[in-house]
Amino acid sequence: MASNQSEIRYLTPPSVEIKKKKYCRFKKNGIKYVDYKDPEFLKKFLNEQGRILPRRLTGTSLKYQRKVSQAVKRARHLALLPFVTDLMK
Amino acid sequence: MLNQYETVFIATPVLSEAQFKEVVGKFADLITANGGEIVYQEDWGLKKLAYPIQKKSTGFYHLLEFRSEPNFIQKLEIEFRRDERIIRFLTLRLDKHALEYSEKRRNKVQAKVEEK
Repeated sequence: MASNQSEIRYLTPPSVEIKKKKYCRFKKNGIKYVDYKDPEFLKKFLNEQGRILPRRLTGTSLKYQRKVSQAVKRARHLALLPFVTDLMK
Repeated sequence: MLNQYETVFIATPVLSEAQFKEVVGKFADLITANGGEIVYQEDWGLKKLAYPIQKKSTGFYHLLEFRSEPNFIQKLEIEFRRDERIIRFLTLRLDKHALEYSEKRRNKVQAKVEEK
């Protein structure tokens, strides 16, 4: 019985947590300026509805998150990126 | 003191190619006439807008990089607002990182043109 119980306990195998360390891609690649004229690049920081993803998901450092958000807003003004959509990707 | 600026504007898709060229020429002349100097120009052509502006879904994009006096920008923007053919514009001053980036970008674009 005891051995049975231990088998039943995990229906799905326990997720082995190998946390991938997040990093700031701007710091890593030495990018100093976030360009608003490149919507394809900025799309990496948006979700499917076109909202800006939080820093805790992308791993961007605060300094560059501010620049990303500024660039996204400029791109939206110039209709390079939508304010809201469905299924952007 | 001269600063370097960059402006992107969108003109209505109603215009013909020649008319659009004229609009670009008008603003380029305005910059040079006011003691500015055009550093770089880039025509993006007719592009689809991400959302409709003034009930239009496409527009002619044009990028101008220029050096000018800071107080000229106000004049330029007034001119943009007065012109009915312009549906959107954005002007900003380039800081040192932006300058570096725009130079790199320019070289990249030129390299692409030369490849073709």
